[in-house]
Amino acid sequence: MNLHEFQGKELFAQYGLPISNSKVIYEAEDAFKACRDIGGSKWVVKAQVHAGGRGKAGGVELVDTPEEATSFAKKWLGKRLITYQTDEKGQLVNSVLIEECTDIAEELYLSAVIDRESQRVVFIGSSEGGVNIEEVAKNSPEKIIYESIDPLCGAQGFQARKIAKVLKLNNEQTKQFTPMLKNLMKLFVEKDLSLLEINPLVITSGGLLHCLDAKINIDSNAIYRQPEIAKMHDPSQEDPRESEAAKNDLSYVSLDGNIGCMVNGAGLAMGTMDTIKYFGGNPANFLDVGGTATQERVSKAFKIILDDPEVKVVLVNIFGGIVRCDLIAEGVLAAIEEVGVQIPVVVRLEGNNADLGSEILSKANIKIESINNLGHAAKKAVELAK
Amino acid sequence: MSILVNKDTRVIVQGFTGSQATLHSEQAIEYGTNIVGGITPGKGGQTHLGKPVFDTMNEAIESVQPNASLIFVPAPFCKDSILEAAESGIELIVCITEGVPTLDMLDVKKRVDELGITLIGPNCPGLITPGEAKLGIMPASIHMKGSIGIISRSGTLTYEAVKQTSDLGFGQSSCVGIGGDPIPGSSFIDILKLFENDSQTEAIVMVGEIGGTAEENAAEFIKNNVSKPVISYIAGQTAPAGKRMGHAGAIISGGKGTAADKISNLKECGVHVADNLTEIGSTVAKVINK
Repeated sequence: MNLHEFQGKELFAQYGLPISNSKVIYEAEDAFKACRDIGGSKWVVKAQVHAGGRGKAGGVELVDTPEEATSFAKKWLGKRLITYQTDEKGQLVNSVLIEECTDIAEELYLSAVIDRESQRVVFIGSSEGGVNIEEVAKNSPEKIIYESIDPLCGAQGFQARKIAKVLKLNNEQTKQFTPMLKNLMKLFVEKDLSLLEINPLVITSGGLLHCLDAKINIDSNAIYRQPEIAKMHDPSQEDPRESEAAKNDLSYVSLDGNIGCMVNGAGLAMGTMDTIKYFGGNPANFLDVGGTATQERVSKAFKIILDDPEVKVVLVNIFGGIVRCDLIAEGVLAAIEEVGVQIPVVVRLEGNNADLGSEILSKANIKIESINNLGHAAKKAVELAK
Repeated sequence: MSILVNKDTRVIVQGFTGSQATLHSEQAIEYGTNIVGGITPGKGGQTHLGKPVFDTMNEAIESVQPNASLIFVPAPFCKDSILEAAESGIELIVCITEGVPTLDMLDVKKRVDELGITLIGPNCPGLITPGEAKLGIMPASIHMKGSIGIISRSGTLTYEAVKQTSDLGFGQSSCVGIGGDPIPGSSFIDILKLFENDSQTEAIVMVGEIGGTAEENAAEFIKNNVSKPVISYIAGQTAPAGKRMGHAGAIISGGKGTAADKISNLKECGVHVADNLTEIGSTVAKVINK
C-alpha cells in the first residue's frame, strides 16, 4: 500500500526526522490561511498523488504569495496529474501539500528496501540526489552505497558513518545523520515498510540535513497490525476496477488487449496471458480468482472483466486443485446468467472432477466453448477475439 | 528414493483443528501420509481426525516423535508457529499460509538458517512424494510416481507441470512448491541440490516467474553443479513492467527480473526452456528421449 507524501512526512515527524513546516489542504479556499499559518514569504505547493515525476509534470511549484498558492490549488484539486510514472489517465489530485520554502545547498539521495538477495533491510545512499538515481547507479556506481541492516540488531553508528562518507557529510552533519538513520530503520521495522525513499534528502543553506520528499510503501500483508496506517489508504489513487476486485479478494490488473482472462492462481494467470500472446492474441487483464474460487467470486470476476468495454471474449482457465471443477462449471453458468454475458466464453477446466465440469457446460443452453486442452482453448479465444 | 519426505516421515500439523487444516489433513491421511497428530493451543487432549491434539510442540515431540511439521495457522501467527517448530528440533517445516508479513520472514529465515532446518514456504502449495506422502494442498489425483523432480514458485503452475509429466508417463519423484513470497524459506538452489543427489530423479522441471533474481541465481548454480537435465518455464513474459501481478514476488524493478532476462540466462547455462506453458511436458520428452 502506497502513502501520500504528506502521510509519509507525518510518520517522519513521529520519528523525529527533520521535515518542513506544512499544511495539507483539500479545498482551494483553505490555501490562503494555510500559507499565513505556516508564515514566511515563499511556499512550495505540491499536488499529492501516488506517483513520482510530479515536478516535471507541473505538479510542484514555488509560489511567492498566498494568492498564487490558491490558484495552484484551484488548478489541480479534482484534476488528474499525468507524469511519466502514471498511465495516460493520470492520478486524481484530491489534496495539496503547502510547505515553507527550504533553501537548498546540496541534494542527496537516501532509500531503504527489503533486499531478497541478502534477506536484510538495505539502505541505499548517494551524494547525487534529486536526479534519476537509476542513471547514477548505471553510470557511476561508485557514488552509491548499499548498506545492509539486520532488523534484529537495528542500525548501528558505524553504518551511519559509512553511509555519511558516501553522502560526503561533514562531521556535524554525520552527527545529525546517525540518529536519523537509526530512526528511519525503527520506522521501517515498526510500521512494516517495504520501501522508503527520500529524494531529495537535502543539506540546507544552514548546513543541516532535511527531508524534502517522502515516498513510503507499506507491506500489504502487515496492514492488519497497522491500524493507523490502514486509515491512510486512499482508494482514489487506484484503478477503480482493481480496487473493486481487491474488495472481493480478487487480484485484477487491467491491460490493453481484448481477451478477458479468469484464472485461479497468479502464476497460472500469467502463464495463460503468455499463452494467449503466444498464439497471437492480446490479454485484456490479469485476474486471479484465488485458490478457493466460489460461485460468488466467479460471478464478481465476470462482472469486473465485462466492465472493460474492450473485451470481446472471455477465457476461463481453472486448474481444480482443491476446488471441484463441477462446482466451478455451475458457478460459471450461474454467473453468465446473472451477469447476462453477451460475448463468447471459452472455458478450460482441468484437475479435480474436470470431466464432470465439462459435461455440465456442454449440456447448458448458453453458448460456451468447453475445451480441456489449454493450447486449444487459448487458440480458440484468440480466433474469437479477431 | 525421493526428496524431503517419504512414507516414514512423521508429520505434525500446526493449526490442526482449523477448517483448511482439517480438509487437507484428511486428504493427506487418505493419501497415506503418516500424520501423527496436531497442535492447536487450548485444545490439547482432544482427538481430531483420529489423531491426538497437543497444546505445544514440546508435548507433541514427547508423545508422538514427529520429524516434520505442516503449518496452516493464520498469517499473524506464522512467525510464532514456525519458530516453535524450529526451536523444538523439527527437521522440516512446511508453511502453507499466505500473507505472512515480510519482516516476520526476515527474522524467521535468519533463525531457521542458524538452526540448519529446512523451511518450505510460506505462501506455497507444499510438497509431495507421489505414492508416499503429501504435505500440502495439491490435488493428489494428477500425480504419479516417477522420475521427474519438480520445483515451482507458483501453486497452480506446479499442477500444470505435474499434469503434463504424468500425461506423458514420466511421473514425479517429488514436487516442491517453494512459494512466491519475497523471502521464501527455501530457494530453487536448495531444492536443486536435493534433486541432483536423489537417485530416483532423472530430470528436473523448474517453474519460475518474473520478479527477483531467484531464477538467474539458479541458472548459475545449474551450470556449475547440476549434471541432470533441467527443463524450465518462466511465467509473466507478457506482464507489463512495474505492474503487480498478485504475487508479492512478481514485481519487475529496474529492468531486472524480466522474463526475457531469465530465459536468456537459463539458456546460456544449459537449461532447456519451454517456449510456452503448454509445452513443459513435450520439452521434458524431447530432452529425456534424446
